[in-house]
Amino acid sequence: MRQMSRQLPISDVSDAQGAPPGSPNSDAYEQDRVWAGLMRLAQDGDQAAYRSLLTNITPYLRTLCARQHRDARDVEDSVQDILLTLHTIRHTYDPARPFKPWLVAIGRRRIIDRLRTNRRSRLRETELLAEHETFSIDESNIHEAQSESRVLRDAVESLPKGQRDAVTLLKIEEKSLAEAAAQSGMTVAALKVSTHRAVKALRKILEGKRQSP
Amino acid sequence: MTTTHDLIDSLARDAGPVRRLQSPLRRGFLFLAAIVGIVLAATLVTNAWPGMLSRLQDSRFAIEMSATALTGVAAILAAFCLSIPGWSRAWTFAPIPPLAVWLGASGYGCYRNWFVYGADGSLALGRSADCFVFILTASVPMVIALFFALRRARPLNLVPVLAMGALGVAGLAAAALQFFHPFDVTVTDLALHAAAVTLVVAFATLFGVPWWRRIAV
Repeated sequence: MRQMSRQLPISDVSDAQGAPPGSPNSDAYEQDRVWAGLMRLAQDGDQAAYRSLLTNITPYLRTLCARQHRDARDVEDSVQDILLTLHTIRHTYDPARPFKPWLVAIGRRRIIDRLRTNRRSRLRETELLAEHETFSIDESNIHEAQSESRVLRDAVESLPKGQRDAVTLLKIEEKSLAEAAAQSGMTVAALKVSTHRAVKALRKILEGKRQSP
Repeated sequence: MTTTHDLIDSLARDAGPVRRLQSPLRRGFLFLAAIVGIVLAATLVTNAWPGMLSRLQDSRFAIEMSATALTGVAAILAAFCLSIPGWSRAWTFAPIPPLAVWLGASGYGCYRNWFVYGADGSLALGRSADCFVFILTASVPMVIALFFALRRARPLNLVPVLAMGALGVAGLAAAALQFFHPFDVTVTDLALHAAAVTLVVAFATLFGVPWWRRIAV
């Protein structure tokens, strides 16, 4: 029996079931009868019939899964879940009963399980946004750096001209006192006083901003 | 990652002959026959039949007893059928009509007793606590036996299977109790019977699902 069925194409397997003449001949009925015949042979240990059955039902299962899953990977994973489950409980199929209700019941169960698993993982996970990315290198934190430098630049701009020049030359451009004095035309003492006042004013401005964001 | 084609290849290579599971109805009736046999033996040993036969003269009691046993039978058969993919989910509703008759007949018995014995007699605790313990104790071995009977089916959706199985077991235990409970149920009895059945169903469903998943695969 096992050897013989290996040689049989699907249509011959369905004939081997002994369909009564004049029985309903719709495609779905015929397909169910073929699948039931292959499953019966598979339960008896016919590996070729089993391979043929699994290959034949896969497109049908893919359609079933595609109705519930949007992601193509979920569709394929669900199809594989169903095939694995079918394999595990293939002894529960009764050849006297139609095959499709048995298959669809397994399929629905596995699709529901995957939908539940996906929903649970979505509840645990948070979408990764640009502000969640924190790496040690400065370039990765460019958003944060940009926003802080803008605040500081605005604060410097709001200072009186003398203080602004002093803090720009000495603190931002990091020039020496002599170079800054030569460039701005201010004395070294005046530069020191202006820088001190500028830093004090900046501290006040930035602290005010931090308290009222 | 395994492709579906590779999976089919490996499953086909792994596919040896399998021993087909018998029809769930046939297995359900066999399970019930075993339980009935044990209960029958226990009632014969304890000489409980003469009392039972005289009580069955009362049509209300006969209806209650039949409905209790039918609830157990219908729920056990439902558990077996629901454990196999492709069997109608309408089996979930099979025990509901006899369960309604059981509760109705017991409730009517309580109502009748209220007039005979008054509120004090109907609310007395009496042997209700024993009945509660009997239903729980008798259900435990039956639940374990049911687990072994259903194990090969590897039910995919455990909750309805376990809930039905537990209801069936508790119903059969309540029916068996009638042999050793030679008086009409009082309000307290009915409440405790219902509590015991609910407890068995809730316990089996809540704790049975993770337990089954751990050991049945």
